[in-house]
Amino acid sequence: MGDHTIDLTVNGTTHSIDVEARMTLADALREECGLTGTHLGCEHGVCGACTVLMDGQPVRACLVFAVQCEGVEISTVEGLARDGQLHPLQQAFWDHHGLQCGFCTPGFLMLAVGALAENPDPSDEEMIEILSSNLCRCTGYQNIVKAVKAAAEHMRS
Amino acid sequence: MKSVGSSIRRREDPALLTGRSRFTADLTSETLAVAFVRSPVARGIITGVEAPPETLVFTSEDLTGVGSIEPVLHRPDYVRIPQPLLARGRVNFVGEPVAVVVAGSRARAEDLAEQTFVDIEMEEPMLGAEVAYSAVRTHPGSVSNVVVEGAMSTGDVDRCFAEAAEVVEISIRSRRQNAFPLEARGAVATFDPVDGRITLHASTQMPHVLRTAIADLVDMPESDLRVVAPAVGGGFGQKMALPSEYAVLVWLARHLESSVSWIEDRRENFMSSFHSRDQTYVVRAAFDAGGRMQALDGDLACDVGAYSCFPVTWGVEPLMAMGELPGPYDVQHYRVRSIGVTTNTCPMSPYRGVSRPVLTLAMERLMDVAARRMGMDPLELRRANLVSTFPYRSATGVVYDEGSYVQSMDEAARHVDLTGFRARQEVLRREGRCIGIGFSVFSERTGYGTPTFAARSMEITPGYEVVDLSMDPSGRVELRIGASPHGQGLVTTLSQLVADELGLEPVDVRVIHGDTDRTPYGWGTFASRSMVICGGASQLAAQAMAGRIRSIAGSMLEASPADIVLDGGKAVVAGTDQGAAIGDIARLAHHQSHRLEPGAEPGLHARASYDPAGTFSNACHVAVVEVDVETGHVTVERFVVVEDAGLLVNPMIVDGQIAGGVTQGIANALFEEIVYDQSGNILTTSLLDYLPPTVSEIPAIEIHHLETITDASITGAKGLGEGGTIGAPAAVLNAISDALSHLGVEVFEMPATPERVRAAIRRAEEVVRG
Repeated sequence: MGDHTIDLTVNGTTHSIDVEARMTLADALREECGLTGTHLGCEHGVCGACTVLMDGQPVRACLVFAVQCEGVEISTVEGLARDGQLHPLQQAFWDHHGLQCGFCTPGFLMLAVGALAENPDPSDEEMIEILSSNLCRCTGYQNIVKAVKAAAEHMRS
Repeated sequence: MKSVGSSIRRREDPALLTGRSRFTADLTSETLAVAFVRSPVARGIITGVEAPPETLVFTSEDLTGVGSIEPVLHRPDYVRIPQPLLARGRVNFVGEPVAVVVAGSRARAEDLAEQTFVDIEMEEPMLGAEVAYSAVRTHPGSVSNVVVEGAMSTGDVDRCFAEAAEVVEISIRSRRQNAFPLEARGAVATFDPVDGRITLHASTQMPHVLRTAIADLVDMPESDLRVVAPAVGGGFGQKMALPSEYAVLVWLARHLESSVSWIEDRRENFMSSFHSRDQTYVVRAAFDAGGRMQALDGDLACDVGAYSCFPVTWGVEPLMAMGELPGPYDVQHYRVRSIGVTTNTCPMSPYRGVSRPVLTLAMERLMDVAARRMGMDPLELRRANLVSTFPYRSATGVVYDEGSYVQSMDEAARHVDLTGFRARQEVLRREGRCIGIGFSVFSERTGYGTPTFAARSMEITPGYEVVDLSMDPSGRVELRIGASPHGQGLVTTLSQLVADELGLEPVDVRVIHGDTDRTPYGWGTFASRSMVICGGASQLAAQAMAGRIRSIAGSMLEASPADIVLDGGKAVVAGTDQGAAIGDIARLAHHQSHRLEPGAEPGLHARASYDPAGTFSNACHVAVVEVDVETGHVTVERFVVVEDAGLLVNPMIVDGQIAGGVTQGIANALFEEIVYDQSGNILTTSLLDYLPPTVSEIPAIEIHHLETITDASITGAKGLGEGGTIGAPAAVLNAISDALSHLGVEVFEMPATPERVRAAIRRAEEVVRG
């Protein structure tokens, strides 16, 4: 039993959960809310696999404590598709083979969702700068770049 | 409509894109968590283990009835060293598991593990391949620190060297790597109170082999263990070796009659999962005046760590290097000696390419150095020596099937416009900028089955694949395979192959993998084998089923089976509009089986196996780099691949495998290195110290295909999972050396970090200054 009872709002649903002060947002999402789409690749804030949005901003969920997240809107990969329709970024990753093992994919998707909301039309340099936040071990990155560019274009039109 | 050859989107993706896929760590609810207490020192004698009061902790002494990991090679030079699941008496590397703690949550288990102290009488660790002939044994009482020693000699090497117009010798060094799958290892052992059976969900590339190994180790009937590989977040070889931790979990689940899980953290993964590629080669070649290589002589040493990995053993790197060193070059006078040396470091397992990135580095650096020395064009020197008539029998007795070695190089040279590049290089040099170009031509034996593995004398000889194919009454098929894909897109590509044979759509084919209860015994996915071997078996099964469908359709339609064509979900009499839906034929085979010919088996099933000797893929990689002479920093500006892996089943997936492979090769060449200090402490245990590249370091990779169709693979496809990683390091190091050639700099060590490049420049400057 945790020391703190908090309300965690994830993808519009509020979860009332008990957590220890030391529990990370990533662990709270995975273990307390049952949302295992957010993956843990390094647990020290480098790989970005656990990237989620806090009030629209991409954050490393392994570097945020759950108790810091009361009153904040959290968005995770599980909330991207609506009514059975993939989000344009999910669709673009599918169309452009932007994933292989898929372990880093939720993190890249949330990173791109947050970044494109802030800047819908990034230059090539800005795109590389944004996507260099996260690590992928399978794809060689170019298909991720292609996918995000294609989705950005689609989302602007 | 044929599906093979088209870039259909992957069927694996929707679940992965929406967060619905289940990886091992997603299956831990309702389990006890374990954490391993690991050795903080490289070598010593355990004198005690002290855990906080009331901790549920187990050490080696508690693991009753449990064996040791002890894979076998039937070679006289192979030294067997048993690896206890938990350290017994001694510790042999930093990170070796000494005890295991069980608690209600992972956090609590980790707390308790951290508070558990292991008392160790420290000893001086044995580090580096230099300890090969030390009087002190890494494993006290063992016969040698050289745990595998291969040697062979063909032709008359000494005469060739005596008569050579030019003898060129180089030494190369590859520093140790971690394959770094983004998902670290992990497993969940679920105890079933009804029948006492254990289900092990594990992040693995080889579920069936894991089941055999663990059942043997913990002395349980193999049928009482089910192994499932759920979604697996990359493996690259690190997950084709047996982790002692997985076996401990199964023992715990049986002992505690409870479900237990272990999810490795990144620090553990760097420290205690498998490493690779800690190798030093000295290679010497004798050339005649025309640049023909007359003889090749290699002295190869691999640091293979503390224990022999199961099932491929610690012979895997040295013996692969020995057998394949000549690569795509025709040289019949060949002498090689290759040793594996045990040290107090993390054990090795295969990693994408297994030694071939290093041997390709050796051969391709040799070609460039020899060309410079002999005043020849490096591509012409290669042309003089590349194998160009097929089938070709190598000095080591390996038969190369049809390939396009020279053609791939010529195509690559055309794509990069070598003349234009040299002009630009001159202009930039005058401005003080150093760009360089590097070629790497290589071949890769792929898709090899037991005929080839048998030559390695492994007690456990992998190779074949078996598939079961069945059609249900609705006309949809299920393909159950022993291969175990984890990112390669095999569900998609196999369904393309099978659908084409049966006149169906890929979506009509469900591919079941990674579950020992539901799939035929197989070897898993590694060694660029799955499309060739499992794909071959799938095609054979689909052809058998297609034959059966044509036969039934023939009787239904009163036509010869030979005239029946399967297409668009129908069996049609060729040249007519007469036909039957395949679903109706399936319905008949299941529900009206009395209408089949007398004695016919009801239903529609086919089982097939395939076990080829292997087929050689080949490629030429070209890297263009810029080197900052002041800092030693290298930027890869352009990377071109001309590859030949035969038939492209799904070109999009092929390109993805190559781009990902090249990226790991560039990482090998420039960035990634596991570092130990002199006390055997590992210094690279986070992503701040170990540096996989981000998108910023990797250029767009240009890929061009040649498609030599071989008889050595029944689908016509050759393996290609590893090629990208094999060729890239040599291309990059050749490019760095080319960029700095006017300064007399050659680089022979990877990763070519800024520090190493600067050191090479300084050495060259000292030579110039005298």
